Amino acid sequence: MTNTTRNLLLYTLICLISLLAPHLAPAFRVQMALLWMMILFALTWDLGGGQMGYNSFGNIVFFGIGCYVAAVVQRDLFFAVEGQSQATGDLATSSPLFNYFNGLAVGLALAVIIAVAVAAGLGSGILGLRGQYFAICTLGVGIAAGEIASGWGYIGAGSGMVAPIFPGGPGQNATFFYYFFFALAVTCFFTLKRLYASRFGLAINAIRDDEDKAEAMGIHTTRYKTIAWCISAVFLALAGGAFGHLNNFIDREVAFPGITFGVWMVLMAILGGKGTLWGPVIGATIFHATQELFWTYLLGWQRVALGLLIVVIVVFFPLGIMGWLRSRWPERFGETVDLEARAAPISLGETR
Amino acid sequence: MVDNLLLLFNAPILSAQLLVDGILIGAIFALAAYGMALVWGVMDIINIAQGEFVMLGGYVTFFLAAAGVHPLYTVPVAAAALYLLGWALYRTVVFRVVDKDMFISILATFGISIFLQQLANQLFQADVRTAESGLGSFFLADGLIVVSQIKVVSFICALILGATLFLFLKRSRLGQAIRATAQNARAARIMGVNTDRVFSTTFALNAAICGAAGSLVVMTWLVHPYLGLAYTLRAFMIVTVAGLGNMASVLLASLGLGAVENFAGFLLGTEYQAAFVFSLLVAILVWRNALLSRQRKYLK
Amino acid sequence: MVKMLKNPRWAVLGAVALVLAAVGPASPKVEGDTIIFGAAVSLTGKYSTNGKNTQDGYELGVKRINEMGGVRVGGKYYRIKVLYYDDESTPARGAQLAERLINQDGVKFMLGPYSSGVTKAIAPVTEKYKIPHVEGNGAARELFTQGYKYLFAVLSTSDYYLRDAVNLAAEVAKQQGRDPKSLKIAMAFENDPFSLDVRDGVVEDAKRWGMQIVIDDKLPTEINDMAATLTKVKALKPDILVVSGHARGATLAVRQVSDMKIEVPMLAVTHCDAARVAETLSKAAEYTLCAAQWDRSLNYKDKWFGTAEEYAKRFEKEFNYAPPYQAAESTAALLVYIDAFERAGSFDIEKVREAIAKTDVMTFYGPVKFDATGKNTAKPMVLYQIQNGDYKVVAPTKVAEGKLIHPIPPWSKR
Repeated sequence: MTNTTRNLLLYTLICLISLLAPHLAPAFRVQMALLWMMILFALTWDLGGGQMGYNSFGNIVFFGIGCYVAAVVQRDLFFAVEGQSQATGDLATSSPLFNYFNGLAVGLALAVIIAVAVAAGLGSGILGLRGQYFAICTLGVGIAAGEIASGWGYIGAGSGMVAPIFPGGPGQNATFFYYFFFALAVTCFFTLKRLYASRFGLAINAIRDDEDKAEAMGIHTTRYKTIAWCISAVFLALAGGAFGHLNNFIDREVAFPGITFGVWMVLMAILGGKGTLWGPVIGATIFHATQELFWTYLLGWQRVALGLLIVVIVVFFPLGIMGWLRSRWPERFGETVDLEARAAPISLGETR
Repeated sequence: MVDNLLLLFNAPILSAQLLVDGILIGAIFALAAYGMALVWGVMDIINIAQGEFVMLGGYVTFFLAAAGVHPLYTVPVAAAALYLLGWALYRTVVFRVVDKDMFISILATFGISIFLQQLANQLFQADVRTAESGLGSFFLADGLIVVSQIKVVSFICALILGATLFLFLKRSRLGQAIRATAQNARAARIMGVNTDRVFSTTFALNAAICGAAGSLVVMTWLVHPYLGLAYTLRAFMIVTVAGLGNMASVLLASLGLGAVENFAGFLLGTEYQAAFVFSLLVAILVWRNALLSRQRKYLK
Repeated sequence: MVKMLKNPRWAVLGAVALVLAAVGPASPKVEGDTIIFGAAVSLTGKYSTNGKNTQDGYELGVKRINEMGGVRVGGKYYRIKVLYYDDESTPARGAQLAERLINQDGVKFMLGPYSSGVTKAIAPVTEKYKIPHVEGNGAARELFTQGYKYLFAVLSTSDYYLRDAVNLAAEVAKQQGRDPKSLKIAMAFENDPFSLDVRDGVVEDAKRWGMQIVIDDKLPTEINDMAATLTKVKALKPDILVVSGHARGATLAVRQVSDMKIEVPMLAVTHCDAARVAETLSKAAEYTLCAAQWDRSLNYKDKWFGTAEEYAKRFEKEFNYAPPYQAAESTAALLVYIDAFERAGSFDIEKVREAIAKTDVMTFYGPVKFDATGKNTAKPMVLYQIQNGDYKVVAPTKVAEGKLIHPIPPWSKR
């Protein structure tokens, strides 16, 4: 088998399993939908953290913006008409225009626009920071955004807001959002794959390796950094909008879960191997599965186990699964000199 | 907000109360921040588990007080207990990440922080705990300004510990080794400094100071397993602003932060207190960066 | 196969297999001779104190019912059991767990979680699946304005928590010949669904009396200090200070009011029995008014537990602490199901729902009767005052054990 056919076979197989999954295991649709969301989280984080060397703790802001914007659009533009019951998702008006799906589409579009605007605006300010200062600054942004959301009455402040309920029978929303997240994650994967193979990928890798030299070589570092952040923002806003609708209830903790989702996206990318394309996917899958296992079998102790797991991951696999495989069997990676092999950050384990 | 401002103008004595309270709150932040500056400077590790050390120190005092010991006497006990914990954590986990990328150590200590916090939840329950110091309050300016004595004790502790730390680093043999390691770990090793021992002592010392802080927190406010994050974030902010080298500026920045927070809570309403503080952090970082990049231009 | 290993991407397939293994087989656990309830409770996270109370409340109910032989439905006795998951005090996790309980574990009857926020997230799920959801710990009014048909709450909505305090202050003012309009209220509420709803109730009643609201602070959920708010209180000298912020808010308020020697004639808080302020803060907590859904001294009685006091004793024996009302509410939610099963005589979900809606039962916790929106309108709230380290019911007057001490004496005389 050549490389290409093998890849094709692999992709088809994964796609096939994923498309059938909700029918094979209908009880787990929500968990599987969230698995795709986790993969998306890890991929978008790795774009900045792994490929560009900008470790952000604040990407969750775009997720939260997506959550709130999409829900507010539904609430104020599509379900504001008198007599419509949010509890069942049925619309009293006969207007074909004002239904749940149109509302969702408009909401998501608006969410993307706002998130990109915020990313560009914030980026111009804080993407100039280096190293840990950038990490801390984004952490601050994430927390401040959550605090502002919980003080703002229009979006429900601390009381949160209830998003309209999915029309149709029980469980249908899970199927719908499963495919939504699946499509989103796959689109994100191939977009990034394409990007990493282009000049853009080389440029952001150059920024990671030595920003000053990259600048000296004539790369518009600020522009590239901002674009990379905006791409993350697009996907995260879409994911956030959908998650808010899937969850039906939004408050600060749902929309800006900085110490859960916000940190997990980093962990998943590191577990899989940051700076690689497949690393985040593998990392997210394993992390999500482990987490669900903990939840099911370690009632109350799951977080203790999670803390231990994190320590073990970063202490013993600082290069991630991909990095570990690579250092274990370099010849196998040597055979197929491909993107992830080149992009794996060797410098990570070096002493200062 | 406007009426709050007017209130301050009408009763200027309130500003004094806010300032005093803020500064005394800041003293506790200072204790958490000293250790963070030390660990950051010497080991190049940002310790996210800082707040959990504070929390555990609080529990030591709570349990001893429940067993009948006067809480004030438990401050050194809490410090000693946390010293041991810090040392153990260094020996098991932290020494493995000390020479790694800083981001790795952030995540490793984050893992430790979740572990400690959740373990506390499972072992001690999530109930809100307090310990009574039995101290009263000082009344100043005809009772218009009230200062609770336990806060003053915390303040004095912060001053004394800061000074001790300063002298220890400057004068003692180990302190000199710590400073040498901070300047250049490799060179220090060549000169015969046992950097491993320096690291373990530094980390344990940090935990001990935090433990003392926690002990004061449980006497002043309360303690519960999820207390940590607030102290970690603030310690972090303080050190970012104050820089790593100077204990005096860490103390000043802590007191300043406490005061600013208290005023922000008063003027904007407590719901925006945290938002304000973290927006301030972002602003400070961006401003600092702007200054740095201006310097860089001259260099070019 | 070895060749395939060369390409680490195959690891993804392995990982997918791992996920499928992790989620495990779905087994419908409905009957047999055991009725299985599902509940997401907060065992970790910021609500875990009350989350544990909730779980203990359910467990005591389960134990007692099984001791008594179980539930008789259609001539046969069934044992009961509750399946728990930990929602980590977050609404998002709560919603997912509800879905999991219904889909994977095949649960047909839900018991509520702790806190209004999590209940708000779970209610749409149970509504969608048409699964009855009886809860005792989600009190926000907004839960009952959405038109939910499967959600039932045994408690009074949260806006009632501190209304009594406001009314009490107004009445006392009248007796003393003061116009209630002249009263000033200071409010500090945590920024969460429950406390904001408590706030709405206070605001409504304050407006009705024409009182003036001088402070309206919202405490952050990560509250560690209240100095800023209390400094305002000191300056504006309100007649009433109301605080609501779960156990943490109660402890902080009581402690710092005493530390800063704030003089206020009436201090009313929620959750002070769950925070055990009288026990831990002793003198500082004296005279504080506390809102509660239930008290052991109340004169209610049922066939399962006997009187409220007997319930409390049983609870203490089992769990070694006095039952806060959060536990009693939870037990009551379970009793509503038991009563409904016996009347419905079947496990048909619609029949059970019908039976729940028609509930009119007396329990140790108080009368339970649902209105059209699913909330219990039959049971009043109570207001305690801490007197000599004891919680004494002072309102409503019908059930009061003690007399309200008002105003709170100044610190110099305490």
